[in-house]
Amino acid sequence: MTTKYYYGDFGESGSGEITANNKKNVGIHSDAAGHDWPLWEVFIRSKQGLDHKHMGSLHATDAQMAIENARDVYTRRMEGVSIWVVESKHIHASNPDEAESLYDPANDKAYRHPTFYDLPDELKHM
Amino acid sequence: MPIHDLEKTFLDKIEREIKIEPRDWMPDAYRKNLVRQISQHAHSEIVGMLPEGNWITRAPSLKRKAILIAKAQDEAGHGLYLYSATETLGTSREETINDLHSGKAKYSSIFNYPTLCWADIGAIGWLVDGAAIINQVMLCRTSYGPYARAMVRICREESFHQRQGFEILLVLSRGSDEQKAMCQDALNRWWWPSLMMFGPRDSDSTHSDQSMKWKIKRMSNDELRQKFIDMIAEQVKVLGMTLPDPDLKWNAERKHYDFGEIDWAEFWNVVKGNGPCNKQRIEARTKAWDEGAWVREAAVAYAEKRKEKQPQTPKGALEAA
Repeated sequence: MTTKYYYGDFGESGSGEITANNKKNVGIHSDAAGHDWPLWEVFIRSKQGLDHKHMGSLHATDAQMAIENARDVYTRRMEGVSIWVVESKHIHASNPDEAESLYDPANDKAYRHPTFYDLPDELKHM
Repeated sequence: MPIHDLEKTFLDKIEREIKIEPRDWMPDAYRKNLVRQISQHAHSEIVGMLPEGNWITRAPSLKRKAILIAKAQDEAGHGLYLYSATETLGTSREETINDLHSGKAKYSSIFNYPTLCWADIGAIGWLVDGAAIINQVMLCRTSYGPYARAMVRICREESFHQRQGFEILLVLSRGSDEQKAMCQDALNRWWWPSLMMFGPRDSDSTHSDQSMKWKIKRMSNDELRQKFIDMIAEQVKVLGMTLPDPDLKWNAERKHYDFGEIDWAEFWNVVKGNGPCNKQRIEARTKAWDEGAWVREAAVAYAEKRKEKQPQTPKGALEAA
C-alpha cells in the first residue's frame, strides 16, 4: 500500500489528525485506474513581474498533465502567464504546533523596524 | 498538549476570526462536519452539470451553446476546487466520489428536477445559481481556510452564470406569446425547488447550530432564504413575470417579503431519493465514470511511456517558468 499525501498534509512528521483516512478501504472503484494518480500543487504567476502564488491542487499522472489540467482549471479567464506544478509530497512544511517557539524570537526585536528609532522631525527623506 | 487545551486554542481561533488551516488541530466533529458539507457541495457542482448538459446540443444558437459549455466547464472546475478542499481534511478523492456513486453522499436536491424546455436553463441560471451564490458569498467567510479560498474563487466565476440565466429569460420575456409562456412556466416550476435549496427551516435543521458555532456557516437557512426571496421578488419585475406564490407580499413592518409555505413533504421526499430524476442522475454519473475508465488507463500508460523516454530530471523546468 503506497502512502497517500493530501494537500496540506505534507508528509514528514506523519503526526496531526490527518490520518483519518488511512484505515479506510477504497470502496467500489478500488480497481479503477486513476485512484492513485499523485496530487500536485499548482502555483500561478498572474502577470510578469509578480511571484507565483499557490492556487490549489489537482491529480495528474505526470507533470505535463498537471500543467495542462492546471491551465484548464485555474486560467480560464487569463489569470496567469506561467504555471508551476510540484508533487505535493515534495513540499515540506513547518509544524503549526511549533509556531510559538518558531516565530516567538522575532517578537522582542523591535529594533528591526524603522519605527523603533525616534528621530527629530526636521530630518527629511528618511 | 492535552485535548482540552487543543480544543481551547481551536475555539479561541474561531472566536478571533483566525482561519483554521489543514495542519491545525481541529475537533473530529468539526472535520467530519466539513467533509460532509464540502463534499456535498462538490457533488452538487458535478451533478449540476447534468440537467444543463441535456441542453448543450439543443441550445437555440451557437452563442448559447458556447456560453452553456463555458458554464458547465466552470462547474467542473468548482467541483474540483471543492474536492481538493475535502482532500485537505484527509478524505481521498476516490472515497468522496465513491460516496456519491453509492448514494451514500447527498447533493443539492435541486438537480433532481428535470429541465423540460430551454427556458429552464434560464431559470436555473437566475434562480438556482442565484440561490447558490447567496450561500456561497456567506461561505467566503467560513472558518476553514481552504474552503473559504475555494469559495472566493467560485464566487468570482459564478456571477456570469446568474447573469446569463437572467438574460435568457429576458429575451424570452420580450419574445412571442409562446416564448413568454415558456418563460413563465419555467419560473413556476423552478421557484419552489429553488427556495428548498436553502435547506430545512432553522427549527428543523440538524447541522445548523453547531455549524454556526464553529462559523462554518455564518447565516442560518431561513436568513439566507429570506435574502434570496427579497432579491428575486424585485428582479422578477424586470421580466414582467410573476412568481407562483399568492402569499408573496412586501411587509413594510418587517422590511422583507412575506411568502407562502414551502411544501416540506416534497422537500423531504426528494432529499430521501424519490425526486423525479434522482436515479437518472446517479446512473449518468456512474456511467460516465465507468465509460471513462479507458481514458484513465490510457493516461497512465502514456505517462509511463513518456517517463521512460525522458531524462530523470526535466532540464530547465524553472527557467522555462
